Amino acid sequence: MPSAMKSLKFRGSRLASAAEQVRFLESTNGLPRFDEKLSGAGLHPLAATGITVFQINVGKLCNQTCRHCHVDAGPDRSEVMTRETAGMCVAALARTDIPTVDITGGAPELTPCFRYLVEESKRLGRHVMDRCNLTVLLLPSQADLAQFLARHRVEIVASLPSYAASQTDAQRGAGVFGKSLEALRLLNSLGYGREGSGLVLNLVTNPVGAFLPPPQGPQENHFKERLAREHGVVFNRLYTITNMPISRFLEFLLDSGNYEGYMQRLVEAFNPAAAESVMCRYTLSVGWDGRLYDCDFNQMIELPLDNGYPAHIRDFDSRVLHTRRIVTGNHCYGCTAGAGSSCGGSTT
Amino acid sequence: METYYHPKDLAHFSDMGKANPALWEKFMAYYGAVFANGALTEREKALIALAVAHAVQCPYCIDAYTQSCLEKGSNIEEMTEAVHVACAIRGGSSLVHGVQMRNVATKISM
Repeated sequence: MPSAMKSLKFRGSRLASAAEQVRFLESTNGLPRFDEKLSGAGLHPLAATGITVFQINVGKLCNQTCRHCHVDAGPDRSEVMTRETAGMCVAALARTDIPTVDITGGAPELTPCFRYLVEESKRLGRHVMDRCNLTVLLLPSQADLAQFLARHRVEIVASLPSYAASQTDAQRGAGVFGKSLEALRLLNSLGYGREGSGLVLNLVTNPVGAFLPPPQGPQENHFKERLAREHGVVFNRLYTITNMPISRFLEFLLDSGNYEGYMQRLVEAFNPAAAESVMCRYTLSVGWDGRLYDCDFNQMIELPLDNGYPAHIRDFDSRVLHTRRIVTGNHCYGCTAGAGSSCGGSTT
Repeated sequence: METYYHPKDLAHFSDMGKANPALWEKFMAYYGAVFANGALTEREKALIALAVAHAVQCPYCIDAYTQSCLEKGSNIEEMTEAVHVACAIRGGSSLVHGVQMRNVATKISM
């Protein structure tokens, strides 16, 4: 297990550089360019169809250092959104009727502006999602977090790659599975994941390795059966998400000799229907520093909105952004393989 | 070093259709139908295929169905149990033939 105790940035890895990642992905021999594939599917240039998800990445601080993390998040990262930038997000949101606010990180709950964003988004009548790593709910500093989320009826989208401890811990760190179950039981005790409560608890599974995720529906049934039978845990939906070949997962691919095979797998599995449904077409992604991106992955490899569109949340203009042209690259194969992949799971 | 088995040959499986496309297409149509969801799920069928791959000791099949099992949502513990099923049947097959040994030995012994 070569990486995972510290971030790429902390270790001074060459892959900590977004430019280096992009250069590597775009110069891989034998890889057809993603834009050519899009052209073949009649989808180039890719354009937004609207904005129904306002995704805010509040920063890279996290209490875990998962091996597949596309954010290169961890306890050694300090980049977090300021209250001022969060205020700009709320002001922008107030000028639109975008129905969903999706808050992510890092562990977004550790960022001081997190609760402000939840409260203000709810005040505006928006549906709020928290992308939660579960273990954060057990930190002494977050003792009231679960109750806060329940009180504001925040949808929780929680990471749990496997119903087996060995797989979960291999990806997310030793002991994470046990703590995740403890957190899930806490959420269940508040009504999360229980029928009729209105408190939504969805799980996310990323493959623990260099392969595609399983079909979402059957795997959801499998997770429900195993988690209920073996651990007494219930949840609403399971989202299967493909690992993107960037950041720490890219490091894993290179260190393990799986890079070429994995990219080949993604290319072979290119699905035009998934390409048509990619989440960037209906999402706007805001970075911790207020910069605007088409998605969280573009954000992490520092590919901002292009073609003269507003670059920062202070200049947000929903009319212009609704139909913007989307910035793509070879990492996008991760969202178009097989059944497709998005923050809401498979797309076809 | 030259060997009979090359991992990259798996990607050339379809070359077997070149000299007889009709039979290849019939085989592939059958193959696809066998592994589709039916009374058994695709996930269960991939686990069976993994076990059989070990029983017939086909390195191509082991490679392909290890990947397939993982992509159908099985994990290493479940896949290991499937291999043990193959192992038990192979071992049991040897052992149950011991009955023949006993029959012969009993017949010709005092």
